[in-house]
Amino acid sequence: MSLSLDATTDGRAEKALPFFSKLAHAGVGDWLFRKLTAFFAFLILFLACLTAFTLWKASVPSIHKMGWSFLTSSDWDPVQEIFGSVPFVYGTLVSSFLALLIATPFGLGISLFLTELAPMKMREPVAFMVETLAAIPSVVYGLWGIFLLAPFMRVHVDPILIKTGLPIFKGPSTGLSLFTAGVILSIMILPTITAISREVFEAVPNAYRESAKALGATNWETIQLAVMKPSKVGILGAVMLALGRALGETMTVTMVIGNTPQVTTNLLAAGHSMASVIANEFSEAVGDIHVAALAEIGLLLMVITLILNVAAHLLVWLTTSKFQR
Amino acid sequence: MIDELAEKEKKERKPVEKEPKNEPRSDSRKIEVAHHEPDASVKKVKMKAEGVCAWFGTKQALFDVNIDINEKAVTAIIGPSGCGKSTLIRCFNRMHETVPGSRFAGDIFLEENSIFDPRMDPVAVRRRVGMVFQKPTPFPTLSIYDNVAVGLRLNGTRDKKTLDEVVEKSLRKAALWEEVKDSLQKAGAALSGGQQQRLCIARSLAVELEVLLMDEPCSALDPISTSKVEELIHELRQNYTIIIVTHNMQQAARVSQKTAFMLNGKLIEYDSTEKVFTNPANKLTEDYITGRFG
Repeated sequence: MSLSLDATTDGRAEKALPFFSKLAHAGVGDWLFRKLTAFFAFLILFLACLTAFTLWKASVPSIHKMGWSFLTSSDWDPVQEIFGSVPFVYGTLVSSFLALLIATPFGLGISLFLTELAPMKMREPVAFMVETLAAIPSVVYGLWGIFLLAPFMRVHVDPILIKTGLPIFKGPSTGLSLFTAGVILSIMILPTITAISREVFEAVPNAYRESAKALGATNWETIQLAVMKPSKVGILGAVMLALGRALGETMTVTMVIGNTPQVTTNLLAAGHSMASVIANEFSEAVGDIHVAALAEIGLLLMVITLILNVAAHLLVWLTTSKFQR
Repeated sequence: MIDELAEKEKKERKPVEKEPKNEPRSDSRKIEVAHHEPDASVKKVKMKAEGVCAWFGTKQALFDVNIDINEKAVTAIIGPSGCGKSTLIRCFNRMHETVPGSRFAGDIFLEENSIFDPRMDPVAVRRRVGMVFQKPTPFPTLSIYDNVAVGLRLNGTRDKKTLDEVVEKSLRKAALWEEVKDSLQKAGAALSGGQQQRLCIARSLAVELEVLLMDEPCSALDPISTSKVEELIHELRQNYTIIIVTHNMQQAARVSQKTAFMLNGKLIEYDSTEKVFTNPANKLTEDYITGRFG
């Protein structure tokens, strides 16, 4: 009964759309779809190359004038047109890695709790709230940083750090520092690490957990053996994505880092970052070389991101290829 | 946090335990439960389930199951899908309680001790009562060697010589040594399905195992691998108590000395394998083994 009905509707469709159905049978649709998606894919590649090329072109005057000293010099003097990128690269890397150092254990802890330990009813709401943190605009984080976090660090946290006597924590502190930038960045990248590692942990087949438990593993041992170990690559992916966000973050960092181009091992001193200097100085840049130097900073940021990504993939490859036959 | 929860569960379980005893056999009225007379002359009883009931949320999966498991013998549990046979063996090493929303009532003894005794650590129970699952589950990031050694390492054994010895012994017992002795550092996941399953058996044997629970261990394997695992079961019977859940009645007939037939969460018949397959006492068992349903 239903079979014959299907047959008639099919027949009608065949008559109504002879052209398209013939095309489809000839594989034209498949061909078109493949070409179209390939075009989209190459478009991404093309845009990335175009961006790099444009940045390079814009930075030619600076490259010409400064040469390699742009990469080695710590002087940044727009008046005398001397430009060195070291303080900005330093500030970006230090604040980003500080953020990773703080956010990774917290993020992994949160997602392990949410996937392995929390009561079922609690899992979804908490995960949703953590992910909402990612949707808050960065300038809002920046305001929060200036009004709340920086004073809090100055009054409560920094004095304790100074008391530890470690050479990386030296007073006096203004609250606007590399350290504060790292802390606020860590809050911003926490949702990224949490959300991705949560998905990675959830993708681990339950059979591994049961096998570990059946061998007499405790909860913690089960997590180590059956959840964390198989997820190594995924965790690294989560961390790298978070690092990408931290490296490129502009507004928040500008608002709390102090914007002083200096290289110092004292984390409580003010610093500067690559993204911040572009945002701060671009509209006020007067000389051509100043603009070009900012473009070169942009190019450098792109290259550093690329290098870190390649390094991460290399790391993944090294840790997983142990078993390749 | 978790300990607290577990503690709470234990407390909650106590009153539940009495439930089936207060209204005995209300569910078993329709289907007569065969009462197995323990055959004292043959074997010592290794494990014993008394009035076992189990729930997932509000759905009851087991109804008042009583069963004695003989030592150093293979006991097969057969029955159609969803009859509760997997749930039953998951109660034997307290894996059932790891499922969120699950409940348990009744008692199970390992030799003289209740495995639900508050002083009994589920982790310690699982070291003595190991489990092999339907799909082979070697840990993906570990080598063959590490997969076998993992249980010992959890126990805190670090000594390389001891580990080497136990790994070899366990792999030999699992009839896998000859096949993998030159590639112990390869990934466990690189082995064939049947080898992986024997690797999982070796992994269980490496800890101080007494009872091995097998939950349809061959249902994901090809016939040749299946026959190897079955041979292995025959050998392991000399030293271990084995409970095997299987869909495959021929398999149950081939490997086991005693067979339990379950239906809808109830134990219908439990007797020697020969008796169950040639002269079943219950009509339902006969219908099932002659293929009338299931």
